Parts: sequence; structure tokens; C-alpha cells
Amino acid sequence: MSENRYGLNKELAQMLKGGVIMDVTTPEQARIAEEAGACAVMALERIPADIRSAGGVSRMSDPKMIRGIQNAVSIPVMAKVRIGHFVEAQILEAIEIDYIDESEVLSPADDVYHIDKTRFKVPFVCGARNLGEALRRIAEGASMIRTKGEPGTGDVVQAVSHMRAMNSEISKLVSVRDDEVYEYAKSLAVPVELAQYVHKNGKLPVVNFAAGGVATPADAALMMQLGAEGVFVGSGIFASGNPSKRAAAIVKAVTNYNNPKILAEVSEDLGEAMVGINKDEIEKLNNIRMAERGQ
Amino acid sequence: MVTGILSLQGAFEEHEKVLDELEEPWFEIRNAMDLDREMDGLILPGGESTVQGKLLNDLGMMNTLRERIQSGLPVLGTCAGAILLAEKIYGDSTRHLGTLPAVIRRNAYGRQLGSFSARGDFGEIKDMPMEFIRAPYFEEVYGGTEILSVIGGKTVAVRYGNQIATSFHPELTGDNRVHKYFLESFRLRTPDRVKL
Repeated sequence: MSENRYGLNKELAQMLKGGVIMDVTTPEQARIAEEAGACAVMALERIPADIRSAGGVSRMSDPKMIRGIQNAVSIPVMAKVRIGHFVEAQILEAIEIDYIDESEVLSPADDVYHIDKTRFKVPFVCGARNLGEALRRIAEGASMIRTKGEPGTGDVVQAVSHMRAMNSEISKLVSVRDDEVYEYAKSLAVPVELAQYVHKNGKLPVVNFAAGGVATPADAALMMQLGAEGVFVGSGIFASGNPSKRAAAIVKAVTNYNNPKILAEVSEDLGEAMVGINKDEIEKLNNIRMAERGQ
Repeated sequence: MVTGILSLQGAFEEHEKVLDELEEPWFEIRNAMDLDREMDGLILPGGESTVQGKLLNDLGMMNTLRERIQSGLPVLGTCAGAILLAEKIYGDSTRHLGTLPAVIRRNAYGRQLGSFSARGDFGEIKDMPMEFIRAPYFEEVYGGTEILSVIGGKTVAVRYGNQIATSFHPELTGDNRVHKYFLESFRLRTPDRVKL
């Protein structure tokens, strides 16, 4: 990937800022999401909550299904590949996807290596639980980062903990002396150039969204107040009682995340939120902790 | 002189940084209450026009902004902002602010693989770097709309009185000449002012 192409890919993520990216499984859901104000959609066959309950191996979606969604909407369309599955990524590039999510929501295809994302022209977003994971993914060519959270749970606690971890590590890196950055980069296992960027600028060199467990307008605003630049909502919308209304409410909550009066208005009468499961229940059920995939 | 920056969604912070560089005051417009503030100029940033258009309606700001622009408020729209301004969107019956006599085509260069960088003239400004991100271009202009930039035979920047629209992103390149042109054209900023 040329430097210019990487720049253009980071810039597309900048255009998504302050927006909500929604998981959709059909062209009809994609249209509902677009009408509700999604700034992009994530095309996948099953939302994370269903992946979680179905178990088994979860893979890239059928390209035909993704193309159906591309044809249904005018906003950017993203899709997921398994961690390390560079051939799934080649297939998505061939159908001109706007963004690839190398995602822990699917079953990992490689338990050591992530995709060398510098070999692709299309942009990649990757999940991270902390600064080390984020900078390693950026070193591999990711042009956008999101928290991992715990997908498909409707429980925001993991996304909060990942965003806080990232912020506190960034503050730490900003505060160290210039000559200590090398050692810090070593301890995080990241390239020193990226550590120096964070040391100097106090932020990641790419856009950083929240993802994994966001289910309500308040959850979305919470992530924004914690420093997220936008929000992914997976199962939270189409596993809820009134998807269209909830989607529109979350979009407004992200725009006015600092305005409790507007947040109160948009939180009214949304019907049932996704029931969700919490992290202790996950351990009892099938013990899949998606966030631990791909470090 | 203070510029309001529409901050519903998209790359509004990038415009804020350019105005900071130029030492010009600005404020964010996130809801109808922000429109009560004194505002001498308006910037409509890049992002997704469907999202911004919907939020303008839902948050009760569309009509007020349209009236302000029609009565002469200077406005700079970049990419999605240009789509908000255009009277007509090619192949689409949607109309947002619809104050700029032109037909604009969304995603005119295709998906993200079609995004590109170029250099070209913007009116009198020569060799301006331009970033096109899933960009639109102007299919047709009419009613006195003036063409400011043409890249590869396509119109990518126009002016109609108090309205300037670009399909590229001048806020992403570190070159602030388009912003200066906007601010100076409408006397929101004194050209070459003496710094004390």
C-alpha cells in the first residue's frame, strides 16, 4: 500500500467520526440503518449475539449477500474477516468493500499472525483492548481502531475498560521523558516511531471508535465522553424491540453526547433493549471471550 | 467575526484546527440552541450527507440554516457539505439545504478504492492539493453559479454569491488557502493583517 493510499484510508475514517456504524444482516436492515442515520454499515450474516448463541465456526459472509447490501445503500459498507485470514480479505477487496474489519467476533483463522494489512489497498479497522494492541495493529497497516468490548453481550463494561486502559496508557506515554519512550515502546511491544507519535500528540495516529456491548443511547454517549470518536453498534439495534427508533436515538446521542437534556429526550420510549448477557454468564454458558482473540 | 462549524457528524475538528491556525474564532453547532449565537460565517464539513441531513431535520435546524444562507450568510461546504448545499442530487430526489444552483453527483468516483489525491487550481489559487474521499462532483451548474476548479474534466469547486462548495477536502491537506479565500472574500478576516 502506498503512503498516499494509507493517507486516503485514514481520511475515510476521519469522515466517519461522530457517527454510528451499525451491524446489518440484510439489505432491508441496511436501508433502515441508513434512514436512521448510520454513517456506515457492517454487513454480516449473523449479528454477534446470534454468533455467540449458535457457537461453531464463524466466517466471512457470502460476497453475494455483501453485494446486496452495497447495492441497497449509498453510505460506506464494511465487512468482517477472520483474524489472520488474508484470503477472505482479498475476496472483500475484490468486491470493493469500503472497509475491512479484521474481527475477533469471527473465529480466528490464525492463532499467531494478523493480516499484513499494508499489502491491501482497501482500509482495515481492528479491535484493541489497550494501547499495545492498538499500535501493533496500526504497525500492521490498520487505518482505524475500535475497542473490542465484549461483542454480542449488550454489556458495555468491557468497552469501557478497554477505552479507559487505552486512555491511561496514552497519558502515561505522554508524560514520560523523551528518552524514556524507547523503553516504553519495548514494554508495549510496539514500534518506537508509533510510541513517539503518541508521546508527542497525545492520541493514536488513526481514528478510534468504541465497539462491543453498546446497547443504549446512554451507552453510546458514555463511550463518547470517555473519548471515543464514534461508535459501532452490533447486536444492540437489530436484537432490540424497535430497531429503527433505537438506531436514530443512538445517532442523536452520539452527536449530542454532552447534552443530558437531549440524551433524556432520545432515551424515551425505545421499547425493549437487547436482553444481553454479562461477562460472568458468558463464563458459565460457553466461555467464549471474544475480546481475548488476537492480541 | 466568528464562524460556526456544523458539528453533527464528520470531520469538523479538522476545520476547527485550520481556523485555529489562522487565529480565527469559531464555535460548534450541534443543536438548534447553538443557532441563537452570533454567527458571521458557516462551515459545513465532510462526513456522510445522509446523516448530517437527517440530523439537521430531526434537530430542527434545517429551515433556519436555509433561511440564513438565503439571506446572505457566507458558507463554505466541503464534500458532504457541498451535497447539503446543492439544489439537486443526481439520481436522487433528496434535497437538503438546496440553496446552491447546481446538480451534484454523490460517490461520483465509486467506492473507497476510487478515492484519490490531486493538485489543481481553485479560482486564482494555483496548485492546491486536493483530497477526494468517496467524493462527489458537480454534474451541472446553472443560474449564475461560477466554476472554481476542474479536475479531470469534472467540476469540483463552485461559488454562487455567498456560497462556496468543494467536492474535495481543503481541511485535510495542511494548505489553508481555501479557508483564507473564504474568510477574506466575505471580510470575515482582514487580508494580510498586521500582527501585533
